[in-house]
Amino acid sequence: MMRHLLDIADLSRADLEGLLDDADGFVDVLARPIPKVPALRGKTVTTAFFEASTRTRLSFERAAKTLSADTMTFAPGTSSLSKGESLKDTVLTLQAMGSDLLVMRHQAVGAAQRAAEWLSIPVVNGGDGAHQHPTQALLDALTIRRRFGRLDGLQIAIVGDIRHSRVARSDLLAFAMLGAEVTLVAPRTLLPVNTDGWPVRVSSSLDEVLPSLDVVYLLRVQTERGGASVFPSLSEYTARFGMTRERRARLKPGAVVMHPGPMNRGVEIADEVADDPDALVLEQVRMGVAVRMAVLFRLLGGEADV
Amino acid sequence: MKALLDAADVARAVRRIAHEILERNRGAADLVLVGIHTRGIPLARRLAAALAEAEGPVPVGELDIALYRDDLDRRPTTRVGSTRLPVPIDDRVVILVDDVLYTGRSVRAALDCLTDLGRPRRVELAVLVDRGHRELPIRADYVGKNLPTSSRERVAVHLAEVDGEDGVFVEAGQ
Repeated sequence: MMRHLLDIADLSRADLEGLLDDADGFVDVLARPIPKVPALRGKTVTTAFFEASTRTRLSFERAAKTLSADTMTFAPGTSSLSKGESLKDTVLTLQAMGSDLLVMRHQAVGAAQRAAEWLSIPVVNGGDGAHQHPTQALLDALTIRRRFGRLDGLQIAIVGDIRHSRVARSDLLAFAMLGAEVTLVAPRTLLPVNTDGWPVRVSSSLDEVLPSLDVVYLLRVQTERGGASVFPSLSEYTARFGMTRERRARLKPGAVVMHPGPMNRGVEIADEVADDPDALVLEQVRMGVAVRMAVLFRLLGGEADV
Repeated sequence: MKALLDAADVARAVRRIAHEILERNRGAADLVLVGIHTRGIPLARRLAAALAEAEGPVPVGELDIALYRDDLDRRPTTRVGSTRLPVPIDDRVVILVDDVLYTGRSVRAALDCLTDLGRPRRVELAVLVDRGHRELPIRADYVGKNLPTSSRERVAVHLAEVDGEDGVFVEAGQ
């Protein structure tokens, strides 16, 4: 039984598929005339994002509210963190305040894991440094499964700044566990020093792998994590790894383009590609709410300690 | 495990309920059958087939009440099934279908779920077995078989679509 959601590696294939199956049900709930169910009435979900986020935090709040849970939002900028309160004291305070579950994003790898050790309530990792972002992997897997009916046997390329990307680390594990064949496409400088033991192939040429792909998963060039400095210029990045209109035209029929957002339009993805109906960027956002409902329901909906 | 109803009894009960539904509603116009997960769904389909023979086709929907339960805290992790209504239920007569009526709590949850999905003109309840021990003021409009049981016993409805055979069984509890 899942107690926290910290790392895709903690899940079995059956866990993953169970969450995606539940999320399918929640997609239907979100399409109802009254998109609200009483499942988590009386529960309080607290989000604590120590690092900037638009979609993840809002998506968790929307998920919690659709399940009739109450939400509390911890905003580090205006909090006692600025008075030097420690992370441990902060999360213990949020728990004592009556939180039933904590969603946490932090720039430090392992922060959510530490919080889970300190707290007695479930903790969901909303992103820890360049390590993991498990609900992103779940929503991406759901988006792909709903489009293709399966992940088994699909050719998926994750393109771009793999080294600094928690999305890549989470997604490749989930995609591979569900049977897809994953290729990481990046210049040497944006690959981790060591990818031994990762269930992936590695290529440095997007043009070479392009025609065989079912899914092109573009990563954001992360200027805030030093992603731009290891590359001569953004225009050179675009020339070799950007999803331009020309590259879009060379994809096989039915292939899709995904991006976790926020997009650097004109860098890793061209405007025309981002706005193409076959780009799933906004579908990913929609699936994000359903997947997070599945996670909250799984962690809070069952017996507390099985 | 003691068999209380065999396959022929189940088939007769379904046929009789179908006729009672037609009698009470003066036909099948405006009816929607809505099965409650899991075994309410095949039962609703069988009722629809019986109604179709006598009158005409009746739409069948399915309801998953996991998200509406009042005992989520006390159950092992619940899975979310699908809720599908083939037609809008506004101003129609919805017949909820379940296998066993016991505490009435599943029916309460199903009524709440229906309310979120539309506003039926009337809601009726059809069950294959009523075993008593209600905890809420709920009763069935159509009952296949009344089975007075002890609350320690377990009533198991088997349907071919789910269990490979038809029958109603009672198991002594500990």
